[in-house]
Amino acid sequence: MPLPTPFAERTHPLATSLAFKEWAGCLAPCRYSAYHEREYYALRHAATVMDATPLYKVDVTGPDAAELFSLVTVRNFERFSTGRVAYTTWCDPRGKVLDDGTVMRLEENRWRFTSADSSVGWLSKHARGLDVKLVDTSRTIAALSLQGPRSREVLRGVVGDIADGLRFFRAQRTEFAGQELLVTRTGYTGDLGYELWIANDGAVDLWDAIIEAGRPHGLLPMGLDALDVSRVEAGFLLAGVEYSSAKDAFIPRQESTPYELGFDWMVDLNKEYFVGRDALVAEQRRGVAKRLVGLVVNWERFEELCAGYGLPPGLETATCRLGVPVYRHGKQIGYATSRTWSPLLKQYLALAHVPTADATPGTELEIEVTLEYERRRCLAHVTPMPFFDPPRKKSTPDGAKAEVPSS
Amino acid sequence: MSKTYDTIVIGGGHNGLTCAAYLAKAGKKVLVLERRHVLGGAAVSEEVFPGFTFSVCSYVVSLLRPWIIRDLELARFGLEMIPLETSFTPYLDGRSMCRWANRGDSLREIRAFSEKDAEVYPQFGKWMSKIGQFVKPIIDSPAPDPGSFSPRELASLLSLGNRFRDASMDVMDFRLKLLTMSAVDFLDEWFESDALKAPMSVSGIIGTMLGVRSPGTAYVLLHHYMGEIDGAFRSWGFSKGGTGGVSNAIANSARYFGAEIMTEAPVSRIVVEGETAKGVVLEDGTELRANDVVSGCDPHRTFFGLVGEELLPGEFSAGLRRYRYRGSSGKVNLALDRLPEFACRPGSEHLRGDIAIAPSIAYLDQAYSEAKAGQFSRRPYINVVIPSLVDPSVAPPGKHVMSCFVQYAPYELAEGPAAWPAQRNAFGDAVIDTLAEYIPGFHDMILHRQVLTPWDLEQEFGLTEGNIFHGELTLEQLAFQRPVAGFARHKTPIRHLWLAGSGAHPGGGIMGSPGALCAKAMLGSKSGVSSGGRA
Repeated sequence: MPLPTPFAERTHPLATSLAFKEWAGCLAPCRYSAYHEREYYALRHAATVMDATPLYKVDVTGPDAAELFSLVTVRNFERFSTGRVAYTTWCDPRGKVLDDGTVMRLEENRWRFTSADSSVGWLSKHARGLDVKLVDTSRTIAALSLQGPRSREVLRGVVGDIADGLRFFRAQRTEFAGQELLVTRTGYTGDLGYELWIANDGAVDLWDAIIEAGRPHGLLPMGLDALDVSRVEAGFLLAGVEYSSAKDAFIPRQESTPYELGFDWMVDLNKEYFVGRDALVAEQRRGVAKRLVGLVVNWERFEELCAGYGLPPGLETATCRLGVPVYRHGKQIGYATSRTWSPLLKQYLALAHVPTADATPGTELEIEVTLEYERRRCLAHVTPMPFFDPPRKKSTPDGAKAEVPSS
Repeated sequence: MSKTYDTIVIGGGHNGLTCAAYLAKAGKKVLVLERRHVLGGAAVSEEVFPGFTFSVCSYVVSLLRPWIIRDLELARFGLEMIPLETSFTPYLDGRSMCRWANRGDSLREIRAFSEKDAEVYPQFGKWMSKIGQFVKPIIDSPAPDPGSFSPRELASLLSLGNRFRDASMDVMDFRLKLLTMSAVDFLDEWFESDALKAPMSVSGIIGTMLGVRSPGTAYVLLHHYMGEIDGAFRSWGFSKGGTGGVSNAIANSARYFGAEIMTEAPVSRIVVEGETAKGVVLEDGTELRANDVVSGCDPHRTFFGLVGEELLPGEFSAGLRRYRYRGSSGKVNLALDRLPEFACRPGSEHLRGDIAIAPSIAYLDQAYSEAKAGQFSRRPYINVVIPSLVDPSVAPPGKHVMSCFVQYAPYELAEGPAAWPAQRNAFGDAVIDTLAEYIPGFHDMILHRQVLTPWDLEQEFGLTEGNIFHGELTLEQLAFQRPVAGFARHKTPIRHLWLAGSGAHPGGGIMGSPGALCAKAMLGSKSGVSSGGRA
């Protein structure tokens, strides 16, 4: 039985849909009311708050923390100043991706690490000989994701002016009801947004404060279904869906390298050593075999296919994670993992894995669609990601240049 | 005369802008001239009172063509739509009905009024969607030309005919009734509950000087089932920041493709030399030349206002004189201090969509009777939306904007249309008093009000007789008859003058089709370059 998070006493009574699923051992609402779209629209037009507590967290203290993260993950943390946050990925020694997550530097010698799956063991294993202390805070630190164009106003109502100064991928410590509250300008929606981290004791009060501050701004609690639509629009991949962790892959073809997943920009081969470096150098030399790409399904063709059955075009409004084949010139060359209708872009989007030769934007491919239990193929174009990338995601109110995370 | 353009578009409404964007995308040098200081025409957002942004005229979006959204990349240029989640009808006896996005919830509400109605309601929706499939191609392609014998025309008519022939007998029966009956008679065949039929029937009369019992009004119901802001599966929606958001997105797209757009540039006349449009003269006397001139204005204003009747062929001009406008609606925009609550159902979950003040058929009959006598309805049909509930960008935190579409407000008052300014306040009061019967304390919530009568719509927005659709959307004024038989393909008797507004096929509403189809007709004609377009 999955566990409730510290927010459960608030979120569960609100989730009148009674639709929950397991997320990292916790019970998480899929949607609060009968359909998730109102949460999606609140995210894109107002603000939403989501319980992100199930994320795995490790708090790392000690002077060698930067070295640890540079050693374990593909990015370089050598000159990573306090208050910064970075998205990163890490591999096994064969250069196969294990997971992805964030690294935050809260203080000179205090860091927080988040991941989709538990990683404290993997970090500890590489921490031998380094002056660091690791504490798994997965179930002691609660997290809320406050996202959407009005999230800054809502946050201001909770923590005051620091909301305005916080730049993209930056962290700021403050106090809430006598407890330490960490605010990061991060999220998984591709929108303006923040994540708030607080010890379990303060969780419910923080939730109440956000709901209260959000009331005049149209804030709604959001579940995983709406998140799943927004993250595809943002071009974010999901561990376990877009790729299998090397530790879960049963056969080699189920594994991926950072390059294959589009994480090229993170990988710093200039580092003398990091786990998987040699394999990635070799991969660079021989060329990356396949690529994660964005696909936009050609709607006119899709309409025509539907019309052939006498049907108006129709799709599930939720993201579908059932993989389907992708073809070029009639031959299967790859597969799509997540597919979603974007209510904002009026486009049917997919994340797909295709050979490098077929990954150039504009390439015409075909994706499998099922109509009346029959398999058909529909034209789709390789499209640069993110599909949706509003300026507000990185902007600050004073117009200060937002910091783009760099490797 | 300084610059020469390929095309000058008169009017920066959503259709004029759509036409301009398509032409610019095809490489044409395009100039858009807008009389007002803001773009959008009747699809306009204005901060009428500080902090409160209204969709001043047109307030919801239904049929904006998905292919236009994709062709012009409108999402990239700022278009953001939010579906209307609910359709709420309050009654004065303390009851209410809300139709939700969720079928089960809607049926439960209908069942409270009639078990039988709840049983057939989903089936009715299915039938309407089926008929919608037949009609949809019509609004996505040039008006059919039944008088032509060109092979291409015949083929397209044939394919349209085939679509109809393939339909089964019961579909044909349904369709024939839909085309000929009144909204009420048609709904009577399906439903027994007045509480359900009244709010459903009003979609048959919007923007027309007809009653819910007037023949032909059933057809317009169909538009409710064809609405597709999401390409397929949603009906009506708000545009973020108001309907001006649609126009602005189209304008951004047009500019991106190279179109030039000028506001506060009123055109005084279209330059016609030897039956050919050559350009325009602005009110300040500037003359601008172009190979083609496009008018986004309504037919009356275009031909009688900007061209001049003396330059028109007699038959065309007579046809235009017969084309009916008869504005029948007004708009009341309110800035509210707090969220209103309906006495019959407190809370706000059911207010996130539209709210219909249409408690019974008799109520609607009475409202129409007053209009026929040349008065605004004392208790009118009101379609209310509170967009600030789902789009906080349009009002200060905690405050709200309420948009009320009001029918009937006949342009032709008994005292004549010029009597409207003297009746404007009384009209606004009637609307507010009507709502106050449902919302306790309503008068005290109102911070500001903006009242637009059909007269104001004509004076300020250039809508002849205040008709919101550039001419009534009735069957005899649609397709190859819009605006005049023989001129439904955007061409006019004046060479190189084109009609791109809602007075052209396929008509009014924030569809974009008239503008897009006009551009395609121009690009496909001998005077233009090839289109590569869809039509």
